[in-house]
Amino acid sequence: MTTTRIALTVNGESVSADVPARLNLADFVRDQLGLTGTHVGCEHGVCGACTLRVDGEIVRSCLTLVVQADGCAVETIEGLSDSGEIADLQAAFRERNALQCGYCTPGMLMTAQDLLRKCANPERTEIREHLSGNYCRCTGYHAIVDAVERTAKARQRRS
Amino acid sequence: MISSNQPKCLTALDRPNSYIGQSVPRPNLARLLQGRGQYVSDLVLPRMIHVAFVRSLHAHARISAINTEAARAMPGVVAVVTGRELADVVTPWVGVLSHLKGLKSAPQHAMAIDRVCWQGEAVVAVLASSRALAEDAAEAVEVSYEELPAVTDMRSALDPATPAIHPDLGDNLAFERNHDAGAVDAAFAEADEVVEVEFVFGRHTGVTLEPRSVVADWNAGERRLIIYQGTQAPHMVQNIAAKHLGLAEQQVRVVCKDVGGSFGIKVHIYADEMATYGLAKLLRRPVKFVADRVESFNTDIHARDHICKGRIAVNRNGSIKAFEIDDLTGIGSYSMYPRTSAIEANQVVNLVGGQYTTPNYRARARVVFQNKNVTCQYRAVGHPIACSVTEGLVDLAARRIGMDPVQIRRLNLIGDDAYPCASPTGLRFEALSHHASLQKLLQMMDYDALRAEQARLRGQGIHRGIGLASFIEVTNPGAAFYGVGGARISSQDGVTVRLDAAGSVTCYTSITEQGQGSEAITAQIVASGLGVSIDRVRVVLGDTDATPYGGGTWASRAAGIGGEAALQSAKMLRGNILQVAAAILQARPEDLDISDNAVVDPSSGERKIELSELARIVFFRPDTLPPGLQPEMVATRHFVPREYGFAFTNGIQASWLEVDTATGFVSLLNHWVVEDCGTVINPQLVDEQIRGGVVQGLGAALFEHCIYDERGQLTNANMADYLVPMAAEMPDIAVGHVVTPTKESELGAKGAGEAGTAGAAAAVANAVNDALSPFGVSITEIPLTPRVILSALGRI
Repeated sequence: MTTTRIALTVNGESVSADVPARLNLADFVRDQLGLTGTHVGCEHGVCGACTLRVDGEIVRSCLTLVVQADGCAVETIEGLSDSGEIADLQAAFRERNALQCGYCTPGMLMTAQDLLRKCANPERTEIREHLSGNYCRCTGYHAIVDAVERTAKARQRRS
Repeated sequence: MISSNQPKCLTALDRPNSYIGQSVPRPNLARLLQGRGQYVSDLVLPRMIHVAFVRSLHAHARISAINTEAARAMPGVVAVVTGRELADVVTPWVGVLSHLKGLKSAPQHAMAIDRVCWQGEAVVAVLASSRALAEDAAEAVEVSYEELPAVTDMRSALDPATPAIHPDLGDNLAFERNHDAGAVDAAFAEADEVVEVEFVFGRHTGVTLEPRSVVADWNAGERRLIIYQGTQAPHMVQNIAAKHLGLAEQQVRVVCKDVGGSFGIKVHIYADEMATYGLAKLLRRPVKFVADRVESFNTDIHARDHICKGRIAVNRNGSIKAFEIDDLTGIGSYSMYPRTSAIEANQVVNLVGGQYTTPNYRARARVVFQNKNVTCQYRAVGHPIACSVTEGLVDLAARRIGMDPVQIRRLNLIGDDAYPCASPTGLRFEALSHHASLQKLLQMMDYDALRAEQARLRGQGIHRGIGLASFIEVTNPGAAFYGVGGARISSQDGVTVRLDAAGSVTCYTSITEQGQGSEAITAQIVASGLGVSIDRVRVVLGDTDATPYGGGTWASRAAGIGGEAALQSAKMLRGNILQVAAAILQARPEDLDISDNAVVDPSSGERKIELSELARIVFFRPDTLPPGLQPEMVATRHFVPREYGFAFTNGIQASWLEVDTATGFVSLLNHWVVEDCGTVINPQLVDEQIRGGVVQGLGAALFEHCIYDERGQLTNANMADYLVPMAAEMPDIAVGHVVTPTKESELGAKGAGEAGTAGAAAAVANAVNDALSPFGVSITEIPLTPRVILSALGRI
């Protein structure tokens, strides 16, 4: 199978690899980089479990070919955790038990942080709307909405 | 109550520094939040290969030829294995239980041999160095089929003209149960009014976000199979794998780390999982199987799919005189193994009318085979059917006699002072709280204000509805579910608690964690029972080599059964520690207690010796202890309820919603639940179990439907076409509690995991019918899609 040489950064680290054209970004970060915090749920772009940040925008990594990320800055849940960028959001999820099995959680945090970066004081309906592409079978969403709302309010108080 | 020679002290529920009743955050959340969970789909082992299954395209067909030559030559392929070849490694099974009299099924193999019985049944296994290469090669496998007639409609499955799917069984009737209690015919004959309707429940499925996943690793040197699997019942998997691979149980170890959702989907033994175990043994190396989403829809157990005729007899004064049901359910082509596919219908018979006082009840349930994927136990087994039928009938009866839905329930729900008592099917209720729960619900939702608002909005052409659904829930099952029927599925659970040399505590429990908070509540109970701070307690679960033998987490049993075992083991260890402390301190054990990581004088609170110091003496300076004193810093206790077969809980839900009569869309505005799970160990975790369960029920009510065509093809096996509840459509959910502890255990906890799912769809259906009452229609079918609603309104 022919491969293509790509170079990108993942969580700030330079990565180069020879990849087959059909390889998607989710499988690349999981299988080749061992970043298994990115989860695969549906592999057709509906569930949101594989949500990653590419050049600052969230994408479905199951619908993104890794060759499309050539030259890009990719950020995963491991990167956002280690940098401390979402420490307050993670703490709010923990306090509010806004996760049960945890499988949707990395994608949910990615999407929630995306909202909080764009909108400082979202209404509950806006939070629900922004998260509406991320499937959670466990929580029923109420606790997740609470945790995102609390984080938004706390960030507003700090700013 | 437990009485023992343990030192006298406060009970675990009111000890100083007790964590019981507190919303302690779960200790395992931090790593899940950082993406550092360890799900089976993440696991990589040396020499591991991946399996992709070639699956049947037909609902029913004879396999006339299989050609694997081209596939074997594909890149990365290690092996291609047919069902016939695998049958030498894995023996077939039959999914029956002896206490379900008459239940029959046919032998099922890990992969089909000469015939396929549902679309999606595995036919050939292709193993390669990556899943992608295995899938490439799977496309090169040629299977020739001769299509056979497919039995798909459950209504005609029993007709003499319909061929039997398994000819050796004679017909397509897997199981039938009849029950007749009281004087049903007289009650119907004498009642002022009789309402009769047919309820239709769509087939749906669990849609766990992490698909079913297994890595099976046969070590030919040790002659041992390690199964890494996201399962709710590790010891059950151990037993079944050993049995069908011809191994002794100790040759099988089951390891279960993080599980990406289960809800009953992962409490069964699937043929493709059994195939994966067998392939690992055959090929002498680790084999990984992770279902993709299409495979999940086609092969994860489905549930419901009932057509239930219901009748209710009622007098004009509101007195309910009798219930009668005739339930029909289609379970697919086999009864699932080992829990069987007859349990749901059996539960429906057990539960209908169980919250009401009438002694007159007749039921028939028939369970039939179809050429579809199998159905089996999924969250709240049978409860949503029973609740929807019962509460639907009660609302229709109230409407017929012009009575408010609250009033008819007040008149007929079993009184809170009537316990203990039994249902017409012989279910024994220790203590329930229907009326207190109803009262609390009405306060929470401000029922009278909502009725006023509903009337005001109707004047503006806005159609809102209120729906109530009271329910009973089976929790804490003893042996009655499976053990008495011959299944080797433990109904008892065990916990081992160990004081380590630095004064911290390690605890091993046979219950499992799929996100409910099993680890958290175990730590809370052990910390409270022992007298240590919760950060000193580490909980180990999900490993048959490490934990006591037990059932796991299903049927709302983990907190009530495993929690009691945790409490008793902690108390036993406390007694052992205090014996040693007494010797060191030259005191009497009964004059000491443990609190905040130290042995204390309970009256003054004075810290006599730190546990870390006591542990240092025990482990490193036992020579300083009195002769003859052998400290035991490990304690194990098991528990299973014995007096009641099940600890019934109860509750009630209410839905407030709006129906757009032009589009048929339903907007959920509010949802309330009051439930009684006895002692609440962790209020936040209970509430979140309820909320998550409610939303699964709301999905069933409005969206979720496995749609088969007449040839047995599942037409919507993807997440774009099979709709699940997402954040934008779901309401906030208010949860309240009434607390009636069970006296079967010192802890007093009953289950809470399925209560939400039990009643949510019934509340929504009743609310939709309430909203549509000005149109004189009533709908008794779920999911309540726009098409169903507009059809009922005569608009399409």
